[in-house]
Amino acid sequence: MSDIMTAKDLNLWYGETHALKNVNITIPEKSITAFIGPSGCGKSTFLKTLNRMNDLIPSVKITGEVCYNGQNIYDSLVDVNELRREIGMVFQKPNPFPMSIYDNIAYGPRTHGIKSKVKLDEIVEQSLRDAAIWDEVKDRLKKNALGMSGGQQQRLCIARALAVKPKILLMDEPTSALDPISTSRIEELAIELKKSYTIVIVTHNMQQAVRISDNTAFFLLGELIEYGETEKLFSQPTDKRTEDYITGRFG
Amino acid sequence: MLSKKRKAYISGMKVAMYISTGLTAALVIFLVAYVFIKGIPHISWELLSTKPSYISGRIGILPDILNTLYIVLATLIFVIPLGVGAAIYLTEYAKNKKLVGMIEYAAEALSGIPSIIYGLVGMLFFCQFLGFKTSLLAGSLTLVIMNLPTVMRTTQESLKTVPQSYRDGAFGLGAGKWRVIKTVVLPGCVDGVITGCILSIGRILGESAALLFTAGFAHALNGIFEGLTSPGASLTVALYVYAKEQGEFGVAFAIAAILMILTLLINLSATFVSKHFAKKREF
Amino acid sequence: MKKNKLIERTIHGIFLILGLLTVGCVLLITVYLVISGIPAITEIGLFDFLFGAKWASTASEPEFGILPFILTSIYGTAGAILIGVPIGFFAAVYLSKLANPKVKAFMEGAVSLLAGIPSVVYGLVGMLVLVPAVREIFDIPDGASLFSAIIVLAIMILPSIIKVSMTALEAVPKEYEDASLALGATPIETYFKVSVPAAKSGIAAAVVLGVGRAIGEAMAVMMVSGNVPNMPSLFQSVRFLTTAVASEMSYSSGLQQQALFSIALVLFLFIMLINATLNFFLKKEKD
Repeated sequence: MSDIMTAKDLNLWYGETHALKNVNITIPEKSITAFIGPSGCGKSTFLKTLNRMNDLIPSVKITGEVCYNGQNIYDSLVDVNELRREIGMVFQKPNPFPMSIYDNIAYGPRTHGIKSKVKLDEIVEQSLRDAAIWDEVKDRLKKNALGMSGGQQQRLCIARALAVKPKILLMDEPTSALDPISTSRIEELAIELKKSYTIVIVTHNMQQAVRISDNTAFFLLGELIEYGETEKLFSQPTDKRTEDYITGRFG
Repeated sequence: MLSKKRKAYISGMKVAMYISTGLTAALVIFLVAYVFIKGIPHISWELLSTKPSYISGRIGILPDILNTLYIVLATLIFVIPLGVGAAIYLTEYAKNKKLVGMIEYAAEALSGIPSIIYGLVGMLFFCQFLGFKTSLLAGSLTLVIMNLPTVMRTTQESLKTVPQSYRDGAFGLGAGKWRVIKTVVLPGCVDGVITGCILSIGRILGESAALLFTAGFAHALNGIFEGLTSPGASLTVALYVYAKEQGEFGVAFAIAAILMILTLLINLSATFVSKHFAKKREF
Repeated sequence: MKKNKLIERTIHGIFLILGLLTVGCVLLITVYLVISGIPAITEIGLFDFLFGAKWASTASEPEFGILPFILTSIYGTAGAILIGVPIGFFAAVYLSKLANPKVKAFMEGAVSLLAGIPSVVYGLVGMLVLVPAVREIFDIPDGASLFSAIIVLAIMILPSIIKVSMTALEAVPKEYEDASLALGATPIETYFKVSVPAAKSGIAAAVVLGVGRAIGEAMAVMMVSGNVPNMPSLFQSVRFLTTAVASEMSYSSGLQQQALFSIALVLFLFIMLINATLNFFLKKEKD
């Protein structure tokens, strides 16, 4: 497995607050990497630096490098929109657009210039199949996406992210707003998707990290404390703070 | 038991409140009733469908109705894109707080300036400096400046209700800023634009001081393009001229009744629109 | 990809220009008023212009003193506030705190209508109902007077006062009122002694807004005040700053017209002062 993303000495400030401190990490291709840690530890913030979603917040300042396929994504030559196409994102709360299911999925491809109806139909079907939701929605593609259940909405958002054929999928606590059944469906889906995509998932649920991830990174107060294979990190943590956290002593 | 002093205070306040509210209600009812009683008998098909003729001595207000319509249309055509654009800049682009503060302060200042001053500056700038002469177009452009803050504010309010998650979702798919605005932000502010239009129409219909020196007093019957480049009286200006200069009170009251009906309709549609969209929002 | 960036930049630029439009308009108005208002003031002399008691613009030896207009505008506005504010205030307290929903809904519609009626309609009704009534009741030769103008202005500022005060009163946290009620105050005592003080910045803003409306009104006042440049007196015909501009503009030229621009400049300065005051109260209300 080769590495697809690397962060080098990454620091991030919100105004005066030093939110990420010297983060160094490499993320292997076609695997699931989980970020865990107590709330406010910087795990979501770090996830958003990986496709420059933090650019949208005016007071953010970033130093260091994030390399994707060897290219620093903070380089001024990089096209942010193209970057975000290749590194897709699924958000904490399902956020379908107030449009039909079809138009939600077609939004990304249309954004990147695909206009042919035949081609779009094909992408919509394939993305919905990949997100394991095709059978539930194939008869109501023209219905408004806001009428779906929360779990369906989140899988729709995953399908929407897949429709632009990304290489990496960033998931920011994608199941925190969902019921247990919907959660397990998303987890199954993630495991299925790692065959063709690299997945980075932020979760507050340690069982979830154990169930689905290959590697786990533990964040605390803006620092990356420990990073390694999930099994090893949870069974024999090397840092005292990791041990305290995974045994439930704080957070 | 309450002391005598407290009892007196309470009943005093009660009386003051009842009188004030009653007086306000009575005033509105009187105004509406008086204008309708005096005006409606003078509204006839002939009045509505002809232009004034010195030969027959009859007065028709069709030109004034059309002029008003032209002014409303021309003003909206300019003010909607400008106001919506300004609102988009403020909510979607502007990052500098000082600049935002300055723009909002300017908008507030604009809404506080009396219409007679707009009329004067409109006359100097549009009629004289830009060479539009006294014309409906010059009047409309003056009204564009007056209504800019209204459209800007209502659009801004509704843009604020577009969930940030829609924008995040679109950016996350690699959409550029303009595409995000066009596809997920703008559709969400339709209600604000409609509310802004209704409020502006109300203000345009009622405006007179700003039009007096910019659009003029003429009663010629014109098509829209001809109309915009020639002078013409709106309904309000016509009312003023008929009442103050010509003593034609019957016609003046007929126009007043028409304006009153239009005001009622505008208020009703504003209420309807805000209720309709509030329901939609509950999703 | 470079092309995309260029398009985005261009669009950003267009929106920036649209955003700055309001600022541009304010500058345009200010610059025009200053440029066209200064010449007459320098020619007449600032002191003679502002404090001259006589306006005779078309006389063979014209005089351009606008003190009568300034005072009329101030007295007229003060009178309108004196009558309109108490009525509006008590009505606002009643409607926001005591009225049953049906009465409230009806009155809100009525107040909006009052706000929407064009000023020429106020002028027309004032001209044909109020002016003759004032003449009869006070037994004066002409009812078109400062007094009639004050009544019309008081009615015209009523909706702003009621609406803005109601918004402020409705924003008072219910906990304040509950605390007062729990101490044994009656509801009415609570509204006037707790809610009203808590909403005082908002109510002050309503008053200032009313001042702005009253001082800027032209057409309605023109139709009921007689439009004669007298020093203000309650039952005499008078001329306001606004009507001074409106009544002579159509036939003026030369120094006379320039003097009218100077009057507009004075009016504008008044309004800017009022705006600044309004902003002060609105900011306070927000905190």
